[in-house]
Amino acid sequence: MLTYIVIAAIKSVVLIHVLLGAVAYTVWLERKVVGHMQNRWGPTRVGPFGLLQPIADGVKFILKEDLTPPHVYKPLFILAPMLSVVLALTSIAIIPLGNQLPLGRWTTALQITSSPAGTGDINIGLLILLGVTSIAVYGIALAGWSSNNKYSLLGSLRASAQMISYELSLGLSLVGVLLLAGSLSLREIVTAQSRSYDFRWIPAWFPHWYVFPQLIAFFIYLISAYAETNRIPFDLPEAETELVAGYHTEYSAMKFAMFFMAEYANMFTVACVATLLFFGGWSGPVPKFLPPLVQAFVPLFWFAIKVLAFIFVYIWVRGTLPRFRYDQLMAFGWKFLLPLAIANIIITSLFVAWLS
Amino acid sequence: MLHLILFFIFAAVCIAGAVNLLAQSHPINSALSLIVVMGSLAVLYLLLGAEFVAAIQIIIYAGAVMVLFIFVIMLLNAGIEEHSGKSYVAWFIGIPSVTVLVGLAVYSLVLYQENSDPAIGPEPILGSVQAIAHLLFGKFLLPFEVTSVLILIAIMGAVVLARRGES
Amino acid sequence: MVPLAYYLGLSTILFCLGVLGFLIKRNIITIFICIELMLNAVNLSFVAFSAYLKNLNAQVFVFFVMVVAAAEAAVGLAIIIAVFRTRETLNVDRVNLLKL
Repeated sequence: MLTYIVIAAIKSVVLIHVLLGAVAYTVWLERKVVGHMQNRWGPTRVGPFGLLQPIADGVKFILKEDLTPPHVYKPLFILAPMLSVVLALTSIAIIPLGNQLPLGRWTTALQITSSPAGTGDINIGLLILLGVTSIAVYGIALAGWSSNNKYSLLGSLRASAQMISYELSLGLSLVGVLLLAGSLSLREIVTAQSRSYDFRWIPAWFPHWYVFPQLIAFFIYLISAYAETNRIPFDLPEAETELVAGYHTEYSAMKFAMFFMAEYANMFTVACVATLLFFGGWSGPVPKFLPPLVQAFVPLFWFAIKVLAFIFVYIWVRGTLPRFRYDQLMAFGWKFLLPLAIANIIITSLFVAWLS
Repeated sequence: MLHLILFFIFAAVCIAGAVNLLAQSHPINSALSLIVVMGSLAVLYLLLGAEFVAAIQIIIYAGAVMVLFIFVIMLLNAGIEEHSGKSYVAWFIGIPSVTVLVGLAVYSLVLYQENSDPAIGPEPILGSVQAIAHLLFGKFLLPFEVTSVLILIAIMGAVVLARRGES
Repeated sequence: MVPLAYYLGLSTILFCLGVLGFLIKRNIITIFICIELMLNAVNLSFVAFSAYLKNLNAQVFVFFVMVVAAAEAAVGLAIIIAVFRTRETLNVDRVNLLKL
């Protein structure tokens, strides 16, 4: 029991550090990539290729004066960014990053929530992720309301309404994958992908991923994920040219940095879920000539490559598309994506029933 | 043993949240206290092995219904509740009678518990998604379809009632 | 392991706190919140009995209670908004005349 707690604590600490580092360097990647797309260099002065820029930004955020305007409702003002960032960082606990990792006498799964036997997973992992997404709405709603400012309130109401509208199509687009996999547990879905595709006309080297049967569901998921994390083309509630800056107008220094971190951590979580459900998670060719300890880390490498590709698509879309107007956004979510997701569920269930 | 400790911790959080709900004067603090109560109830459902019910408690109750409450409180800008001076009768009759009711109920439950009452622990096989899905789409299919009609009627009713009148 | 009586006791306490809030509070939204608290207390006793009697029907009923509570909250809040538009107050003691 005690070794289990110690191993879980070590895994949590390592994973939180990796996640926070990934969040910081996603900001760097975004500034470089968007800069190159706009035919300019991104940050280049701080360190080689601007690689120390996130550290400089972090120091700036910590040392900046943390203003609390006098007219805000203080308990909620301080609670809201904490809620956002805690929920954004919580979902990494459920995500499995690979198979068993042998550490001398113990084996542990590459996932924070694993059982003492070294295996195990949560039966309802996907539902927990959806629940965390649902509660994340409160961070934004309370931030806007507690700021006691018309622009913040309008921005936060718009952002919350957008998030709860697109949560529906997000959840429904994943039901198609669940019908094919047969379980809500994330590890089960990844192992089900490698077992699927037993048609004879598919060559052996073809990747057994769910993105090919569920292409429409993948695109619905992608679009809903952009709307959930408030990214372009759906970032009207927090754009600087509209509504001053939306729900984080009155926030400065570290509290603003927390909202910022929460947005990028949400992006990372969504990319991880897309990788697990649609792109086969950590499956990929593992060369047999490596020692067993390194062999346990090769699936982690494949997982990281796929997540990085997904985040690159996020940043690419940010540099390319203009943003939606608010009524276009809501009409698109309710009148187009939701019926399309339901149609996808019906077609997938008919197909699964025909196959068995 | 761990279950007992966890039960007491989260039961204490539930009761503290409910008492805070009554003690606060601004409705938004009451709403947030209710969210805390719902969260700790979800943990208690997990202790009882009902994993699906715990998940939908968080997703639907704490994540959608309470968001609706918070929207309405924010939009109507409901201020601190003022006390109109006519309603002390409820205080004088309500608090003592509810206290007596709670005391009676808890005492009789504790008395009953001394007889043979096997303790319950979580049975994860019992509340799993597959088992509830078999029931929901098998035996309870008609109520399930009727609730979808109910939700449709509620949506139409809410839209009609909250619309600005034509007059 | 936790005896059933503890869960039922907690459910009773939450329900009675909900009733107390319903009687005492004067803001209509807070009264609605106390109704939701009562529904949650009943859900807890349903799930406790489901685990005790090893019967899943009670958990399916909890699902239906949640759906009904959500529908009722939506319609009730729409009524509150409609009443607030004319009366300009959320205090139930002031909504005491049939016509303004």
